[in-house]
Amino acid sequence: MSDFFFFFFYCSSHQARTHVSYELKDDVAVIRLNDPTSKVNTLSVQMQSELSEVMGEIWSNGAVKSAVLISSKPGCFIAGADINMIQACKTSEEVTHLSQEGQKMFEKIEKSPIPVVAAINGSCLGGGLEFAIACQYRVATKSKKTILGTPEVMLGLLPGAGGTQRLPKMVGLPGAFDMMLTGRNIRADKAKKMGLVHQLVDPLGPGLKPAEERTIEYLEEVAVGLAKGIANKKVALTKEKGLMQKLQDTVMGLGPVKQKIYKTVSEKVQKQTKGLYPAPVKIIECIKTGVEQGREAGYLAEAENFGKLAVTPESKALIGLYQGQVICKKNRFGTPEKEVKKLAILGAGLMGAGIAQVSIDKGLNTILKDTAVEGISRGEDQVYKGLNTKVKKKALTSFERDAILSNLSAQIDYTGFDSADMVIEAVFEDINIKHKVLKEIEAIIPPHCIFASNTSALPIKDIAAASKRPEKVIGMHYFSPVDKMQLLEIITTDKTSKDTLASAVSVGLKQGKIIIVVGDGPGFYTTRCLAPMLAEAVRVLQEGTGPKKLDTLTTSFGFPVGAATLADEVGIDVAAHVSCSEFDLGKAFGSRFGGGNVEVLKTMVENGFKGRKSGKGCFIYGKGKKEKSVNSDAEEILQKYKLSAPPSVSSDSDIQHRLVSRFVNEAVLCLQEGILTNPVEGDIGAVFGLGFPPCLGGPFRFVDSFGAEKLVSMMRRFEDVYGNQFTPCQLLLDHAKDPSKKFHK
Amino acid sequence: MASMLLNSMRTCPVIFEFSDVSVQTKSKKTLARPSVKNIVLVEGVRTPFLMSGTTYVSSFHWGLLHKTGIPKDAVDYIIYGTVIQEVKTSNVAREAALGAGFSDKIPAHTVTMACISSNQAMTSAVGMIAAGQCDAVVAGGVEFMSDVPIRHSRKMRKTMLSLNKAKTLGQRLGLIGSIRLAHLAPELPAVAEFSTAETMGHSADRLAAAFGVSRVEQDEFALRSHTLAKKAQDAGLLKDVISFKVPGRDIVSKDNGIRPSSMEQMAKLKPAFIKPHGTVTAANSSFLTDGASAVLIMSEEKALAMGYKPKAYLRDFVYVSQDPKDQLLLGPTYSTPKVLERAGLTMDDIDVFEFHEAFAGQIMANLKAMDSDWFAQTYMGRKSKVGTPPTEKFNLWGGSLSLGHPFGATGCRLVTTVAHRLQKEGGQYGLVAACAAGGQGHAMVIEAYPQ
Repeated sequence: MSDFFFFFFYCSSHQARTHVSYELKDDVAVIRLNDPTSKVNTLSVQMQSELSEVMGEIWSNGAVKSAVLISSKPGCFIAGADINMIQACKTSEEVTHLSQEGQKMFEKIEKSPIPVVAAINGSCLGGGLEFAIACQYRVATKSKKTILGTPEVMLGLLPGAGGTQRLPKMVGLPGAFDMMLTGRNIRADKAKKMGLVHQLVDPLGPGLKPAEERTIEYLEEVAVGLAKGIANKKVALTKEKGLMQKLQDTVMGLGPVKQKIYKTVSEKVQKQTKGLYPAPVKIIECIKTGVEQGREAGYLAEAENFGKLAVTPESKALIGLYQGQVICKKNRFGTPEKEVKKLAILGAGLMGAGIAQVSIDKGLNTILKDTAVEGISRGEDQVYKGLNTKVKKKALTSFERDAILSNLSAQIDYTGFDSADMVIEAVFEDINIKHKVLKEIEAIIPPHCIFASNTSALPIKDIAAASKRPEKVIGMHYFSPVDKMQLLEIITTDKTSKDTLASAVSVGLKQGKIIIVVGDGPGFYTTRCLAPMLAEAVRVLQEGTGPKKLDTLTTSFGFPVGAATLADEVGIDVAAHVSCSEFDLGKAFGSRFGGGNVEVLKTMVENGFKGRKSGKGCFIYGKGKKEKSVNSDAEEILQKYKLSAPPSVSSDSDIQHRLVSRFVNEAVLCLQEGILTNPVEGDIGAVFGLGFPPCLGGPFRFVDSFGAEKLVSMMRRFEDVYGNQFTPCQLLLDHAKDPSKKFHK
Repeated sequence: MASMLLNSMRTCPVIFEFSDVSVQTKSKKTLARPSVKNIVLVEGVRTPFLMSGTTYVSSFHWGLLHKTGIPKDAVDYIIYGTVIQEVKTSNVAREAALGAGFSDKIPAHTVTMACISSNQAMTSAVGMIAAGQCDAVVAGGVEFMSDVPIRHSRKMRKTMLSLNKAKTLGQRLGLIGSIRLAHLAPELPAVAEFSTAETMGHSADRLAAAFGVSRVEQDEFALRSHTLAKKAQDAGLLKDVISFKVPGRDIVSKDNGIRPSSMEQMAKLKPAFIKPHGTVTAANSSFLTDGASAVLIMSEEKALAMGYKPKAYLRDFVYVSQDPKDQLLLGPTYSTPKVLERAGLTMDDIDVFEFHEAFAGQIMANLKAMDSDWFAQTYMGRKSKVGTPPTEKFNLWGGSLSLGHPFGATGCRLVTTVAHRLQKEGGQYGLVAACAAGGQGHAMVIEAYPQ
């Protein structure tokens, strides 16, 4: 009879559970997490309820002396809370309630009568980390995939399930601030040093099973051993602190020292966020409340602030970007017929070498070709330096660096091009040179080989006009510096084949890029949006706003790089090229792309002020100089072309909105004209490629949150002064007319 | 020490041993091929293997012995294997040969291939004889872990080299002034992989864990190795060992690392590499060892013409290599099926197995890998597993775990042991297999010489 009941109970409880299961290994309960609906585990409603159910069963079972918490997913412990769960909430009170539920659950774990060991392999982020640090002991694999962190701040949130309260105790105030304010990922070995995990386990190679599977098993074996050891007091939960550590803790615990830390951190946050991001401020507030006023107050502050942050437009914008970025990192265009295994790059300049670097470190065989030995020598140096920086940061070993470099063949002839699967040209932006190169290449490359052009403005169909097989021609617009900028803008013409697109996307994804796919046209999407803003920036400079002031205005609006500095980074010559009426974009779009006087940029270029690359632009650049000073010669040029600033549109706020509205209007026009297929890619491209303020979430989200009507009326005011450069496009007008129309649902 | 061996090579004590050859059914009666020269092992000797630091040997005993065995010009060539090289004797083979009084007309070169260096020396010899370049080659290996070259730090070396080039006193003083305390820290030769920076013990522990080899299994295998070695030593089976005199000390005539213990004693040891949950300990690993070994390899014709009775034929051999990180020590798994295939034999045909025991965990992992169809299919591109050697044929006179493992010298010991065991046990085919740093491996088939 009792057997029957046991059987019944066993079946019913286990059949209902899909995310969490457990088994007893001697007196250790091994709890396994595995969300069957996703590649990663998240703390969803389902996961949480099953977990509390399982914990309840374990705690009421007297035979269980300890527990191990482990994920069955390769490469993921718990990736965080379920964002949808937060998004589904309508009010900040609902979110606060969610946070409090999480706090309660983890508090139960923290006060567990039996020790719980978190066995971590793969990402342990956000709510996952908060869960792990509520456990009594943490053991993690040294796998490269094992990362710990609290990335909530990057979503405009804070660790809302006890994280702001537990972390400072665990890693100290400075460490906790660093983790929560930067949101950076911490590798396992660093986590051990910080005191975030107790023990490390080496990842295993293949044995009688695949490596990853066996590594998880091994982690479990070790964790079970540790759990038993903790239960019978053979394994200590805390390490005896060294003298230095004790001393440091005492000093950090002193009132004035703590106050100093709060002050320094707050000042730093203010300086970096310009007050545009509320989350870091709230994080500091929660930590401070917990440390100064105790647990109860700390938990309350955490839950309430979490609720408040979740409904801010900043958080919505950042979450939108996160979700958009996830979409743009997926291959939406299928598998190409032939995988690209050998890549050839033409031009070993900044771009060419940068593309080579992000290709060879993913194992792509890459040829880097230039016309002169000096060119490839410089290019190879750039690649070496890029990789060596990683060695210095210990992200690579010197051996791995050398092995990666063996994938690169730098040369001045076309040897090996006959077996290339894809050629990316990064030669000078001149249609005649591009045509010459294209013809030369097509004579050598095999029929299946794709020809991609890394141009920032020349229409791909014009380049493809010289091709014998336009279906194999595509645009791949990388951003400088290639190893740092995540965006890749892929441009298709109406002749580009689907397979060519699939190939380009798969190469881009391999290179680790976030990809937007846009239609063909002068400047495509990104350059086209940037050009009118730069033209406006030149006008602002002419109207007497100095480069430093212009930078301050733009950065305080949320741009990570000021407009004047951006012009220097892009290159004054390039800016002239794209923004002046006699060049490509101006020719195509006419007076709408006007603004500042063309002669300003031209004169600067004539004087050799081409921006950072030439050492002088709006600013003067020197080696080792931290503070850049304004280039007085450039100021003189501006003086020569001085315009008077119309007072009705020249307040700081007006100047900011003049710059931004031209950017935004052009972006919306791109969507209207079909250059963009959706607003998500528009936002991602603007933020990741051009540094549009992340707190605004991109031009489209900006229109949604700022209000199309408000924007249109503002533009009309500018239009009265400057004319058609500020005429709102039809799609923007439509949105202004009907407030229910939104780009993002 | 090496020269002493070379010397005994020249004296060449040929020992005859007869035993009943039991009749077995083999896939092949012999591996002799009509168009291929028969190459034979005439003799194999070694010094006692000594735990590093127990008997301090300061240098090779150049010219220690002067007896003349074979005619001076009978040996055509000398090849030695070594791993950690002394800068002053980078071609240790030549120095040893000269020191031992071999004719200075006999060329010599040194090879290195980690733990299979002397295997490489032997197979190079086989190659030279097969190609008709030589008829008699001495191959060997030597390792002195008690006296490894310890270098100045890279910074110090750089300063010292610049000092050589400095022209003025000012420059020199400037360079000397730049020396900091950190410059003076010496650099020990690492037993770590260059490509992965992982020590071999660490990799062995991970390998054992990957194949689910328990601590008890490892301790049991290590205990077996020590017990069998002790038995073989006591029974006088280790006839390849020759005594030598350490100046100022007693004559050394026995391997001194053989120490059968108990499972209880071994269980007490803490893991040596992965702490605290690792399984590889000092007791179930091979230890740092000093020692040298040598073999005389000849074409059968020449050996017979000179009146020698060969011990065995050296037949097919292979070298393999694989991932130096996760499969560092799986050489035997990869090389065994390959060499058997080459020779046209099966596991059942082999009577004597001698595998290099780097770590008990490594041997157990190899045995499990060889017994896994999944592993054979997934990683070796084979249809099915090769199978495991039967225990009753495997390393019966001890192995590197108990006898010791002078990196460069183990290969010759393995081959000589197979020859001796074939004579003693009466089998026909023997198999040597070994792993080596760099993720490399080796295997050789040896055929008994008709008695």
